[in-house]
Amino acid sequence: MPKLTIDGMEVEVAPGTSIIQAAEQLGVEIPRFCYHDKLSVPANCRMCLVEVEKSPKPVASCAMPCADGMKVFTQSPLAQKARKGVMEMLLVNHPLDCPICDQGGECDLQDQAVAYGFDRSRYQEEKRAVKDKELGPLVKTVMTRCIHCTRCVRFGEEIAGVEEMGILNRGEHLEIGTYVAQMMTSELSGNLIDVCPVGALTSKPYAFTARPWELRKTESIDVLDAVGSNIRIDCRGGEVMRILPRLHEDVNEEWISDKTRFAVDGLKSQRLDKPYVRKNGKLQPATWPEAFEAIKAKISGGKIGAVIGDLADCESIIALKDLLKALGSSTIECRQYGAQVDVSQPVGYLFNTTIAGIEQADAILLVGTNPRVEAAIINARIRKTWLAKRIKVGVIGPQIKLNYPTKYLGAGPETLEELLNGKGAFADILGKAKNPMMILGTGALRRADGLAVQSLARKVAEKYNMVKEGWNGFNVLNTAASRVGALELGCTTGVSFDDLLKLDVLYLLGADELPMDKISKSSFVIYQGHHGDRGAARADVILPGAAYTEKNATYVNLEGRPQTARQAVFPPGEAREDWKIIRALSEVLGKTLPYDNLAQIRQRLVKENALFGDIDVIRPAKWAAFGKDGKCDKAPFVLSIGNFYMTDPISRASKTMAECTEALLNSGDEKAVAHG
Amino acid sequence: MSHAQKVHFEQPKEFKFSAANMKKIESHVAKYPKGRQASAVMPLLDLAQNQNDGWIPEAAMEEIGRILGMPRIKVFEVATFYTMYNLQPKGKHHIQFCTTTPCWLNGSAEVVSACEKHLGIKLGETTPDGNFSLSEVECLGACVNAPVAQRNGDDFYEDLTPENAVKVLDALKAGKKPAHGSQTGRTTSMGVKGATCLHEQAEKCGVKKC
Repeated sequence: MPKLTIDGMEVEVAPGTSIIQAAEQLGVEIPRFCYHDKLSVPANCRMCLVEVEKSPKPVASCAMPCADGMKVFTQSPLAQKARKGVMEMLLVNHPLDCPICDQGGECDLQDQAVAYGFDRSRYQEEKRAVKDKELGPLVKTVMTRCIHCTRCVRFGEEIAGVEEMGILNRGEHLEIGTYVAQMMTSELSGNLIDVCPVGALTSKPYAFTARPWELRKTESIDVLDAVGSNIRIDCRGGEVMRILPRLHEDVNEEWISDKTRFAVDGLKSQRLDKPYVRKNGKLQPATWPEAFEAIKAKISGGKIGAVIGDLADCESIIALKDLLKALGSSTIECRQYGAQVDVSQPVGYLFNTTIAGIEQADAILLVGTNPRVEAAIINARIRKTWLAKRIKVGVIGPQIKLNYPTKYLGAGPETLEELLNGKGAFADILGKAKNPMMILGTGALRRADGLAVQSLARKVAEKYNMVKEGWNGFNVLNTAASRVGALELGCTTGVSFDDLLKLDVLYLLGADELPMDKISKSSFVIYQGHHGDRGAARADVILPGAAYTEKNATYVNLEGRPQTARQAVFPPGEAREDWKIIRALSEVLGKTLPYDNLAQIRQRLVKENALFGDIDVIRPAKWAAFGKDGKCDKAPFVLSIGNFYMTDPISRASKTMAECTEALLNSGDEKAVAHG
Repeated sequence: MSHAQKVHFEQPKEFKFSAANMKKIESHVAKYPKGRQASAVMPLLDLAQNQNDGWIPEAAMEEIGRILGMPRIKVFEVATFYTMYNLQPKGKHHIQFCTTTPCWLNGSAEVVSACEKHLGIKLGETTPDGNFSLSEVECLGACVNAPVAQRNGDDFYEDLTPENAVKVLDALKAGKKPAHGSQTGRTTSMGVKGATCLHEQAEKCGVKKC
């Protein structure tokens, strides 16, 4: 363990730590542009130069490993002079367009120019200009502002896995470019905006809409997939302006998917801002009491059931479950896709390895899933593991294009059966692996023979020793943010799906993915949600709820990690927080629920399942038998998500997501072609 | 001064290496350890350029990326970095004048302007008949015989003057192959005044007086 001093402070660091990292441990700030925690170190911006005793020249602290007895000075005259020189060179060709640049106010170059640069320019000659590049509907480029730190190139190569950007030409003509004119095709391309230290790559939908100092920042959780990415919601007034990632090493690291980031404009269109009641076959605006009375009139006596939508929060789920119980019904279902899956054992529906745990795996079997589309963040983790260890990845299901090499094994359950019998090329790989894991997509379970597939997968996991002391390699990749939470709250029913859709009263808590045409014509449908989507179109009464940015709510991600989303803005018009709507309705129905505030309902959650008591803590599930032996159909697996950009009411209402769908469909990239 | 390299607006759809070149590619790739084939990108680009009349089309870069198992953008990076790779079609004789300090001190500017005037084109242009392209490059590494020019990356014409440079151009135009090397009759890089010293030592070694 080398011991060194930085600015007179002694620090002992792990071998291989660079000076810049050691300085960070001490809280000493060293300016940088090209260095990024999660990317490789090219040491080409030279901004992090520091003085090291006995070294004749200043040293790039990002690339210099700490050595024993090193004496580093970050504020010495030599270091300051070096930085000033580097800054002056960087600014030679950088335009003075900060007033019209979207990065203004949160620009590394701007901040560091103020802190380390000169207050005037000595440069009299002409500045160069660089042609902008076309990177698709999400990322706007102003390449003249580029300082060639190459973070975007490295991000593409290392994280996103699309090697489409590079450094073209040289010297005065050096520029970042793509191969001829190629659009960046990645579900993580939005992170280029965060990675870029200047205003060369900025957000296209957010362009010229707000300045960072006008924004109110709220730390929250994303719900557009089941990963539970940690996000920061930036709002101005009552409007959500943008979503940025928040660091959580165990979940999303520093990245978020494009849907998480850019579907935010969907929050402004198609919103339900007042209650509606269907009169004479037409939905008419109504007041809250009118809507509640309409429900009261229908609810007495009739059989009632509820379906939980993909974006529902745990508070509203437990409130609805309690309300139904008070009304004498236990028919509440969170699986909108119909087929039965055994959810009696948490280990049978959780992502047991955990997202961070993927990095320990050495062989991965993907069954009926395309992680790139279903959970882009998890796919990034698999790619990271592949980059580090060149792990083997096998695919059963449709042929998919992933950004790491895979071995295609087969299309349907019979391949899984072969594997169980020890046949096939991948059997050897799994057998020899120390930490083998399997990711079972919901596409493989949403079939009539879902139970049998689940049991088959369990047997494969057992055969290849995927579950042992300290390692659980069996994973189900859920795609709905509400699913695991609802399952933990016991929102499943023995009633068959067809019967469920024929109940007298059906309460849809944001359920938009149901086969609406199968709901009985005579059913009275209550839709509580925030978007005028499929569910609202079928509803007889609409109760306007709050979207995820508008409520304090708990969500459990696919690992079983409860996380808290915080309210950033108020719901529009007369819309209200969801659990409060149910609480108010219960009073009208004469079954008043026993909680009046957030603290009380959260206590209720903990009482139902202790999991909710420890936010951000995963409780490893015990291995148990699940699924039901049976014959599997020969039919190949079908993916649960076809179009990455449109999976829920929010992203379907988003103009940006529509543009992405269009751009990718036109580019012929298969990932966007709908097949499910 | 170097220029930013841009791809040509008109691109062939396909590019395939000739059988002879495929053999050469094999020997180039074999020089590097397994998994490091990408190191052979430069000789392959050169082969592609020679096969394709002195310029590299996009399809060739894609083909090289495929052969070497590297992303095409990486091939593109290399091709745009070096001025020796042409991404635009060039004339039959691509004359590259060195104008770096030693050549410039010995009159490269005059040589360039005489050639420009003679052909009626400027640096960076190609004659309408497609015979000549002129360009300016940095040091060609033959400063002792400054000023120098290079034809198609192979033949060096040295000790140029406005007069003999034009003669070289005329000879090329006439389809002849003017002798490369010094155009003033100097033996390789011997001093301009001939042999002036070390006579005794030369005699002792049995070398004839030059």
